[in-house]
Amino acid sequence: MNLIQKARMKSPWILHFNAGSCNGCDIEILSCLTPVYDIERFGAVNVGNPKHADVLLVTGPVNRRNERVLRNLYEQMLDPKIVVAVGTCASSGGVFHNCYNCLGGVDKVIPVDVYVPGCAAKPETIIEGVILGLEKLAKMPAKPRPGRTSAEAEKVEAER
Amino acid sequence: MSDATNVPFGPQHPVLPEPIQLRISLEDENVLQALPALGYVHRGIEKAGELNDFQQNVFLVERVCGICSSIHALAYCLAVESAMGLEVPKRADYLRVVWMELHRIHSHLLYLGLLAEAFGFESMFMEFWRIRERVMDLLEMTAGNRVIISVCTIGGVRRDIDAEQARTIREELPKVREEVQRLVDALLGDYTVKRRTAGKGVISGQAALDLGAVGPTLRGSGVAQDMRMAGYAAYSELQFQPVTFPDGDTYSRTAVRAYEVFQSMDLVLAALENLPEGELAAKFKGRPDGAALARVEAPRGELIYMVVGNGTKNLERMRVRVPTYANIPALLSVLPGCEFADVPVVTLSIDPCISCTER
Repeated sequence: MNLIQKARMKSPWILHFNAGSCNGCDIEILSCLTPVYDIERFGAVNVGNPKHADVLLVTGPVNRRNERVLRNLYEQMLDPKIVVAVGTCASSGGVFHNCYNCLGGVDKVIPVDVYVPGCAAKPETIIEGVILGLEKLAKMPAKPRPGRTSAEAEKVEAER
Repeated sequence: MSDATNVPFGPQHPVLPEPIQLRISLEDENVLQALPALGYVHRGIEKAGELNDFQQNVFLVERVCGICSSIHALAYCLAVESAMGLEVPKRADYLRVVWMELHRIHSHLLYLGLLAEAFGFESMFMEFWRIRERVMDLLEMTAGNRVIISVCTIGGVRRDIDAEQARTIREELPKVREEVQRLVDALLGDYTVKRRTAGKGVISGQAALDLGAVGPTLRGSGVAQDMRMAGYAAYSELQFQPVTFPDGDTYSRTAVRAYEVFQSMDLVLAALENLPEGELAAKFKGRPDGAALARVEAPRGELIYMVVGNGTKNLERMRVRVPTYANIPALLSVLPGCEFADVPVVTLSIDPCISCTER
């Protein structure tokens, strides 16, 4: 594990996107930041900029209008990155399974690493989900950066 | 408007937690026009309400909005009960008041924190949310879940509050009240907060009525209208006066919510004091037939549910009118003329809940 990877584990920056959720999980994510749960003690910060973020927290079943926004945010995040689907409806559509405008889960649009159950997911569960995701993030190889060919990237990876 | 700068505000924005887009035209720092672009949270719940069993719908409508969820369930239950001619037991009425008011307390504390964050008062945000957790603990203790508590059912409530729990609430709320009082004094008495909120986004009482504003947005303009005065559940037997502030600005709307927190605490304590013995839910047979309407006061304002039954287990139609939807015209009328830096604060001052608005 090199220095950058170590730093990433110590301080995962989080981007939160509401993809059609009922706000229940969103206020629980905000609760994680506040003194009772205080995820900042793990170095986690809620950022507004996808280019700074390592973890994407998505709530809600994803509808046809915000699908584009979600994909756009995901593509703007730099590798390596993980996606955590927070709540039952982000995982599977849940109670909105028969709503005509819902796609039924975040994994219909972007790849998901961790599914956090619960309606609304409790702050403890969300924190647990992010920590599980970080274990996955630690094992992810750094993808080739723009401007570096994949052969070069493999060589760099092998030297580590 | 050719020289205007157009700024898309949302749907993903650091200060606005809700996925709404406001397309704002600016001239220098002043807003010329603000147009909303909606649809980012539209799920189609009204249609799904026709596909589900009418008893399953209670769980669906709770997910219209997570912040005032149990109040949606109450409104739906009241509408179906009125369509079926059901009499709700007295104890259930009082228990409903307890849970609705606890929900209002957590919703208003949430708003006060978010408003403080919108103008960069981070420590105040943290303080309000720290206290809110104690209300969430009360909800979790009595209902088993923190946010979506699923206590209402058609004919009454699904859970009871026993003597032990009632005593805990009675002991805890005065302590919470003391802390909230300290914070509200700090928030409403602060010079900087006043400079950021007083005189921003002014709606006169008449304009608010004309634009159809509801709830704290209307009461913050000095109009004493509160659906709880209509006396659904046990509100007719509990004493209360709607909180109003005259100025119609962001400061007034905030003050209304701050003082409603104390009022809700009084209502919870009064309801627990007068809690009658009896059944939790009325037993019923049959299915809703005919149309019925229920109007309740959600934390953000008047919430209306209309159900049309046709004697089968599915409803013919379910219609929801939510408070934020009614408040958006009022918001759009005050944004032109604001400075751009005030847009997040003024937008938050109606306490927008977009997941309600779009359903």
